Amino acid sequence: MFDTSGARKLVEVRDLKMHFPIRTGLMRRLTGSVKAVDGVSFDIYEGETLGLVGESGCGKSTCGRAILRLYDPTSGSIVIDGEEIAHAPFDKLRRLRPKMQMVFQDPQASLNPRMTVAGIIGEPLQEHTDLTADQRLERIYELMDAVGLNRDFANRYPHAFSGGQRQRIGIARALALNPKFIVCDEPIAALDVSIQAQVVNLLEELQARLGLTYLFISHDLSMVRHIANRVAVMYLGRVVELAPRDALYEDPLHPYTRALLSAVPEPDPAIHDAANRIILQGDVPSPANPPDGCNFCTRCPQVMEICRRIDPDIQEIAPGRFVACHLYTKETEKTAAHAAQSTGA
Amino acid sequence: MTETADRTAAPAPATPALAAEFETYAAPRNQWWDVWDQFKTHKGALFGLGFFVFTLLFVFVGPLVWTMDPQFIDIRARNAGPSLAHPMGTDQLGRDTMARMMAGGQTSIAVGLTAMALALLLGTLVGVLAGYFRRLDGLLMRTTDLFLAMPLLPLLLVTIMLFRDPLRANFGPEGGIFVLIVFMIGVTSWMQTARVVRAEVLALKEREFVLAARSIGTPSRRMITRHLLPNVMSPIMVSATLGIANAIITESALSFLGLGFPSDFPTWGRLLFDATDWLTQNPERVIWPGMAISLTVLSVNYIGDGLRDALDPRIRGR
Repeated sequence: MFDTSGARKLVEVRDLKMHFPIRTGLMRRLTGSVKAVDGVSFDIYEGETLGLVGESGCGKSTCGRAILRLYDPTSGSIVIDGEEIAHAPFDKLRRLRPKMQMVFQDPQASLNPRMTVAGIIGEPLQEHTDLTADQRLERIYELMDAVGLNRDFANRYPHAFSGGQRQRIGIARALALNPKFIVCDEPIAALDVSIQAQVVNLLEELQARLGLTYLFISHDLSMVRHIANRVAVMYLGRVVELAPRDALYEDPLHPYTRALLSAVPEPDPAIHDAANRIILQGDVPSPANPPDGCNFCTRCPQVMEICRRIDPDIQEIAPGRFVACHLYTKETEKTAAHAAQSTGA
Repeated sequence: MTETADRTAAPAPATPALAAEFETYAAPRNQWWDVWDQFKTHKGALFGLGFFVFTLLFVFVGPLVWTMDPQFIDIRARNAGPSLAHPMGTDQLGRDTMARMMAGGQTSIAVGLTAMALALLLGTLVGVLAGYFRRLDGLLMRTTDLFLAMPLLPLLLVTIMLFRDPLRANFGPEGGIFVLIVFMIGVTSWMQTARVVRAEVLALKEREFVLAARSIGTPSRRMITRHLLPNVMSPIMVSATLGIANAIITESALSFLGLGFPSDFPTWGRLLFDATDWLTQNPERVIWPGMAISLTVLSVNYIGDGLRDALDPRIRGR
């Protein structure tokens, strides 16, 4: 188990917000915004894998992309390796790019169909290093070896490869500049199961060898359990629970995490049939118009009156275990009284 | 998966055996060789290329062999059919049609290629900028609409009235008109390209490989040249080949209206229009320039077709 106590924080995300404007009408007036990521905070320690899970549309990918500044975040702070990047200008960002890279979800779409494998893997080298063509080729071959691609493939184009091979090309490209931090945006979602295992094992092997830090975004809870050291659960743009892997899977605290984990398929049919599943009612509210109070209050099986009024803050209720839920708020009564007072006044 | 099996160890330069093994990997080949390999398999394209080269030789090298002056008037030999002295016959003033075809071809092909290049450059520039930079989109596309809505002939009339004389003074009588015509055709025919390119760029911009390039820190100009332009090659190619045809035909129309080159200055379009009056007596005089225009256009279309296929790695090698 990864020990967070002594490790250095590589990535610190504080109150990250990514709102996309909604414009309507003839004048394209600003009439609202989709709050894809709405106040997310977490740390990633050097050498660990933080799993980011949640259902479709909860803002996982947006969060990962905003952290790498592929979007301009609405507000908040992102510190990677001691440098604030949330609002850094292009030049500073370009200098920092080699430290942080990304592996994309769709290996087909993330490779330029008009470039050879050598061109794709060599692009970051071309952008950030002064290697000569021969040295670059040498490095490209090294990277292809590292991800298990035959060197003869260097002249081929992405369409000639299978999904798993394409994902390896994407991983090789991400590794080209010796990054410290890699955001893996559902790297296995588009692959079939046997290839998923290969890619995940490759990622783990590279992490052990190169000391990489991953933010592993996925909706595959079993895979996250396999690869992650700590897991953050997102719901509608918020992190609702963040805990070490074993603690989270054995004793989920947030009602949403419980529902999510109870939905994981069980290989044993007897247990599968007997499983006491928590089936959530209704749909996820629109991120353009989230409910008052807790985002989860519309579907929560343990909803309380306070949940509909006050948004719970994320709190550390045990060492390393963060949860945003009124069930665990010790000061719920006080806050509620305070809120009632302030609204009354 | 197979590639894991034949994974190779990083080359150790110490042992000659490994070094030799390393040598066997083919270095990334210049992709233009692949393009040429694929281009060669396209019969129509090869044929088109052959014919286009033949036409170029005919009009540019031909005058060195067939040294007759296209302006030389031999009134006694007027309206003659093909003969050894005049392989393509003569016109109503007794000028040699073959010499005039060569001289006219030089102008027509030059106008076609330059006007197409200008239109393509403008169209691609406007399309890429409008598609890639959201801030420029509105302005550039409204300008494009403006140009589309502009009536071509009155515009040409006014421009030629205004600028013919200063241009003639600066570039000589033929050069001035050449610049004017190329410019006018170029400036009035880039809009389709711009719209198609913009649409393609808008779609490509959202693809993940562009996002991946951004995560690498690729600046906008290399993003455009490395990722966007190669992927919008197909529509640009189609516009280019159609553009040449369009430019040659517009030039003939302008010459016919008296807005183009002087009436004694041969171009293929001019020859064609001059010959229409003599259609019943000398039908071959219409056939020569007509054939030249349509076959050149056809060959360029085929070249474009072959290039488009050859530039697409997904089609290449099939």
